Amino acid sequence: MKEAATFPEKRLDVYTEKNFAENEEGYRKKKWNRRKTIIVLLIVAIGFLAAVCIGGFFCKEAAQVTDFSRKNLPPCLSYPFGTDWLGRDMFARTVRGLSISIIIGVCAATFSAVMAFILGVVSATMGKTADAVVTWFIDLVMGIPHMLLLILICVACGRGLKGVILGVALTHWTSLARLIRGEVLQLKEQIYIKTAKKLGKSNLYIAMKHMVPHLLPQFIVGLVLLFPHAILHESSITFLGFGLSNEQPAIGIILSEAMKYLVTGKWWLALFPGIMLILTVVCFFTTGENLRMLLDPASVHE
Amino acid sequence: MILETRNLSFRYENKGRQILEQFSLQADSNERVGIAAPSGFGKTTLCKLLAGYEQPETGEILLDGKPLQSYKGYCPVQMIWQHPEQAVNPRLRMKSVLEEGDQIDPKLMEKLGIEPDWLNRFPTELSGGELQRFCIARALGKRTRFLLADEISTMLDLITQSQIWHFLIEETQKRGIGMIVVSHDAELVERVCTRVVRMNKQ
Amino acid sequence: MEKEKILEINHMRISFCQYQKGMRQTELQVIRDLNVTVHAGEMVAIVGSSGSGKSLLAHGILGILPYNAFMKGEIQYCGETLTEKRIRKLRGKEIVLVPQSTSYLDPLMKVGQQICKGKKNPEKKRKLNRIFEQYSLDQKVQEQYPFELSGGMTRRIMISTALIETPKLVIADEPTPGLDPRLARRAMEHFRQLADMGAAVLMITHDLELALDTADRIQVFYAGYTIEDAIAEDFLKEETLRHPYTRALWRAMPKNGFHYIDGVQPYTRDMKPGCPFAPRCEKCTDRCREKEVPWRSSGNGYVRCVYDT
Repeated sequence: MKEAATFPEKRLDVYTEKNFAENEEGYRKKKWNRRKTIIVLLIVAIGFLAAVCIGGFFCKEAAQVTDFSRKNLPPCLSYPFGTDWLGRDMFARTVRGLSISIIIGVCAATFSAVMAFILGVVSATMGKTADAVVTWFIDLVMGIPHMLLLILICVACGRGLKGVILGVALTHWTSLARLIRGEVLQLKEQIYIKTAKKLGKSNLYIAMKHMVPHLLPQFIVGLVLLFPHAILHESSITFLGFGLSNEQPAIGIILSEAMKYLVTGKWWLALFPGIMLILTVVCFFTTGENLRMLLDPASVHE
Repeated sequence: MILETRNLSFRYENKGRQILEQFSLQADSNERVGIAAPSGFGKTTLCKLLAGYEQPETGEILLDGKPLQSYKGYCPVQMIWQHPEQAVNPRLRMKSVLEEGDQIDPKLMEKLGIEPDWLNRFPTELSGGELQRFCIARALGKRTRFLLADEISTMLDLITQSQIWHFLIEETQKRGIGMIVVSHDAELVERVCTRVVRMNKQ
Repeated sequence: MEKEKILEINHMRISFCQYQKGMRQTELQVIRDLNVTVHAGEMVAIVGSSGSGKSLLAHGILGILPYNAFMKGEIQYCGETLTEKRIRKLRGKEIVLVPQSTSYLDPLMKVGQQICKGKKNPEKKRKLNRIFEQYSLDQKVQEQYPFELSGGMTRRIMISTALIETPKLVIADEPTPGLDPRLARRAMEHFRQLADMGAAVLMITHDLELALDTADRIQVFYAGYTIEDAIAEDFLKEETLRHPYTRALWRAMPKNGFHYIDGVQPYTRDMKPGCPFAPRCEKCTDRCREKEVPWRSSGNGYVRCVYDT
């Protein structure tokens, strides 16, 4: 602002209509910038997810307890989500179900992302044949309807936790693998990487020093954005009866059982677990999107 | 040391335009060879071939009689690019950029006017002229024998251009590093080079 | 005879908002104080090293700055203040930009259509044919797509897009990079013709020598400031130049001795108050470092220096 004092009379604001001049002042007053918003959102999202996970751990017992003296209660203070026809606390069941979903999501998404990373890098660095094979494989998996493949793998692996995790993991890696392949191919053409090679640097050095810092953000964001998909698909196949077994209070099971009672007016059985599922998914999604914005240099200055 | 090309031909892709045809050139360690040619003649391509970034379709590139490809590891022929901002990793601090070179003499920084403070910055926090100084320092490693300069001062202001060229002439002369200089500026080439080669289309 | 003033910019300042490490945002001033006047029939070149933010000037005038940039100052167009509303009406018609990169053309649109902006009126068509003739472009080219053109042709097409409307002000942003001297000179001559036909041409370039060949006046841009405004003839001799930096530039030309001075053009974040050239100037005294050096007229030009030259 020093210069402004030198020519006070001439400093006319031309583009006053839009954000130009007044925003400049505004920016300094408004210390609250985009990045801070993102950090706060991240903390809220992670806090919520952590609470669900920890809650699920403590609700393990409570979710299974049946008590016919309190069956079919609508939501009230002691049972915020109501109880079902066996007198089970829906709140405990929902939290427990969600925590199972999150664990499955984390496992499947991590597995899937690691697979995507390896295949993407192989495809981009191991020559044309490897690239052709991997690309063909990606197209193949993408070509089959998602749900169908998921159900097939899940059933083939004998349903249950293992089946669901494997099924979700084996169907979700394609888009991330394609992204990483493209990124590596592009990086390989960069002048600074070619120069590093001519400076006698080993492939390992180039990979660690030049490639990883570019790929890591992409990878982390891809990983986080895989969670919501994994969770939704887990609940869908469980809902359809191909996933987890009925004893487990998974969200898919809760929802499919609730369907039978919906017509009798017990709306709370499906509503709250459904909302909680959506909340969880949205949480992961915003976390991922915000991380992307934080790490992506193109949108850093927003 | 002698850097030479014999009957070099090159084109991108299989059916692409022939960029170089039967091109031969010989350069000695103690000369600075300027290359003058109209645009679209493949001056940049020639540099890339000479530094081993591209492989020729036919013909050979020899350094001291041995094919350039036979030099493993650090390439004794280093290239400086026109756009320094593309030649450094935007996510690395300038310190790391310099470390990539081959045991860079700290005195070089001083001679190039690189301030110690710049070493802790990222490339986006420096101007083009400042970045180009880093790229030059990086290319002047201990084992460098030939330097290729592809329009390295085109995007810089005249004073920076003069600074950089005075430095390069002195440094390469002292260390016996040969240079091949590509520039569209005939007066600059005249000033800087000991010999000028004109490429003409057959 | 005094010609009509087309564009006058006073004390233009453009800054960026940027994140620093972590959560702090800082303001990066790219253009600190820029003054320029262009008359009808005149070609003015703004010369500064690349990456110094000159392109922002063009974007600032046309109101197409990126969202995180702010602009201050006064822009007069034909004697009236240029507001955002007004520029929206004028740009592409009376005020045209010939952009830096050839990628500004729409790759999916035929050249002829693109120049006429999709409108099919016979008068435009006739005009287009005339322009093509003038630039020795084949009429067939109108039916081609941008990827089928050579570099030189693309340049001429971009100038044609500017000409199809009768512009009063042409802003050319770095129109010659990557061209060899012959082609570059020819491109500059195209702009010279525009000026001779009565348009005001503002040329933004890094190539001083090329600008000297064709432009009427040269503005020297250094570290965010315009530091000198001189007619091209002033560059024939060192003595007629005003600012020590311009003189140093002159001496650094290969044909004028290839001399250099030490130091670098300061990066915008490192700038200290006072004359931007102070750290490299022999004549520098405390007067230069104390406060902003004003932009003042000197002979038939302007200079930003406390000393009389």
